[in-house]
Amino acid sequence: MPNTEYYNDKVVRQFLLAAAVWGIIGMSVGVYIAAELMWPALNFDLPWITFSRLRPDHTFGVIFAFGGSALMGTCYYVVQRTGHARLALGKLAGFTFWGWQLICVLAMVSMPLGLTTSKEYAEPEWWIALLTAVVWVSFGTVFFASLARRRIKHIYVANWYYGAFIIAVGLLHIVNHLSLPVSWTKSYPIYSGVVDAMVEWWYGHNAVAFFLTAGFLGMMYYFVPRQAQQPLWSYRFSIVNFWALISVYMWAGAHHLMYTALPDWVQSVGMAFSLVLLMPSLGSAANGLLTFNGSWWRLKIDPAAKFMVMSLVFYAAATFEGSMMAVKTVNSLSHYTDWTIAHVHSGSLGWVAMITIGSLYAMAPRALGRPEMYSRMAMEWHFWLHMAGTLLYVGSMWTAGVTEGLMWRATQPDGALTYGFLDSLIAIKPMYLIRWLGGVCILSGMWVMAWNLWYTAADARARLIKPIPVPIPEPVPHQVPAPLPAAG
Amino acid sequence: MAYKHFEAIEKHAGLLGILIAVMVSLGGLAEITPLFMEAHSLKAPPGVHPYDPLRLIGKDVYVREGCYLCHSQMIRALRFETQRYGHFSTTAESVYDRPFQWGSKRTGPDLARVGGKYSDDWHRMHLMNPRQVAPQSNMPGYPWLAHDTIDAADVQARMRTLRRLGDPYTDADIAAAPAALAGKTEMDALIAYLQGLGIRNEPTATAGTPTTPDDAPAGTGGAP
Repeated sequence: MPNTEYYNDKVVRQFLLAAAVWGIIGMSVGVYIAAELMWPALNFDLPWITFSRLRPDHTFGVIFAFGGSALMGTCYYVVQRTGHARLALGKLAGFTFWGWQLICVLAMVSMPLGLTTSKEYAEPEWWIALLTAVVWVSFGTVFFASLARRRIKHIYVANWYYGAFIIAVGLLHIVNHLSLPVSWTKSYPIYSGVVDAMVEWWYGHNAVAFFLTAGFLGMMYYFVPRQAQQPLWSYRFSIVNFWALISVYMWAGAHHLMYTALPDWVQSVGMAFSLVLLMPSLGSAANGLLTFNGSWWRLKIDPAAKFMVMSLVFYAAATFEGSMMAVKTVNSLSHYTDWTIAHVHSGSLGWVAMITIGSLYAMAPRALGRPEMYSRMAMEWHFWLHMAGTLLYVGSMWTAGVTEGLMWRATQPDGALTYGFLDSLIAIKPMYLIRWLGGVCILSGMWVMAWNLWYTAADARARLIKPIPVPIPEPVPHQVPAPLPAAG
Repeated sequence: MAYKHFEAIEKHAGLLGILIAVMVSLGGLAEITPLFMEAHSLKAPPGVHPYDPLRLIGKDVYVREGCYLCHSQMIRALRFETQRYGHFSTTAESVYDRPFQWGSKRTGPDLARVGGKYSDDWHRMHLMNPRQVAPQSNMPGYPWLAHDTIDAADVQARMRTLRRLGDPYTDADIAAAPAALAGKTEMDALIAYLQGLGIRNEPTATAGTPTTPDDAPAGTGGAP
């Protein structure tokens, strides 16, 4: 049977490029705002580079522009490979790429100009949010249509996570963004006060759960076995963890509002489910790590595998930390401090960025028609720069957070507070310097990656690469859905 | 569950999608629906009024400039918090906050009850350049607010939108907005907003103490 069906890797390459570019932009903003906290003169009294207007640019840039591009690119790559079928709806897939990039540009430009809803991680104004919903639904359509035309009957677990990521993020985004516009530049949410707070943190927490966890677990479940060159440690365990993770995560959002005016019972439910969440989180991390059993030697020769293993270690550590921080007693110390910042960065720099970088290093040569990345030494450099940066960042912010927490609650024997607020800021200033240095290391690593990708993409830039044919499996009798006839 | 039952989910994308949607909806429904019910019965306590035009713009400036990224407005029910910032925050206090401004990080102190703690002049100097009054502060300055004027028609549009969402603005309130804003800058609006935070909505100290309902119209606030 002549084989004339090819994988659609063009859209994958586009997203790969976008992820690299947005990664550098988002992290550059991060380094700059970290410097502003250390040296406030860097705000220059210019509205659009003032810390408070730029911080949403950092979070949006790294989560949605960098992470989103990486997730959509790998999702399109994985759904084709695991289903042995070309991506469905090629034009719509192209639209999701350009649509997503447009959203990122609009958001990144409009937020420093002061267009913001002020709901964390959902700051872009209503018309950008509307456009996001349209692109997101298109993304889901392409994904599920591609699943529908798969030639392998069984749906591989990575696609479960990608599917949950698409469905849940769509739901969260729409519910959290319900608002009434006043003009192009201003809208008010339909919720107010405590309900708005609960909706926002249900969204904020589950954006972490489904965007930064489920999506990247999808990436992990495909690329870790691929890089370890052996099957998952336990397939069944991955599915048990899947259902536990997606159902439990949604209950835990209230732990962002401990001891606040949120009703007590919601806080307690949030705390209880956060502790239950330990099991599927650690289970997923263990499943990924144990997949390397028997091929640990690869860590010596393969920096991509090194990124993946460290990402899983950080995933286990950050989710353990997260559950602990959801315990009310711990939360009373950690909340509002830089400990929260340490926690999100051990999750985002340690887990999310490392699994993404590892997967990009695994995927890029294949999508770019090369046997391997251009420079292995550069990958090594990137790994150690990223590791050092993450440890400096997280270590300094932990120290700062605990210092703040302890100073805010310190009382003298007569019951009076020991420190004024400013004392705690002065005490942690050195930590802000170390954090900034960590950021510089990480950003340098990203530049090394960009250099490496640029040379790995030499053939793609010269338009020399050939599309990869889809290996069409032998038809299984009575397969549902029926295998597609070979095109042409 | 025997594998043959589970197999159906593993092989049918549609079924998988539906079950995912069901599982992810449960948590949100269980936690947010009761709050919605409660919110409907929640009445603003005496003394909590919708924002008057100047403070409304001040609040929107606070949102636009991203103040919430470093300042919380939520005093937790913990002794060292109430000692530093005043009575813990209650649900009823933020009924008119769209969006809520509870915040999640304190690079600077909590502002839920900052109203009246400093003079207007102190706020003005502090917002122009925080290091004029607190040399060790790392807060950015916001000097542009001093020349940004307020568009009265835009404010009325905002009040009408909020009324549609349920905030009790009367036609008279909206008609009076331009007069209240004449000659004001965004700096004035932000200071009015900050000075109004937590003043007249401080909950009465203990249950049983006779309450003194404050029926003063919104917006006459300021330092006591």
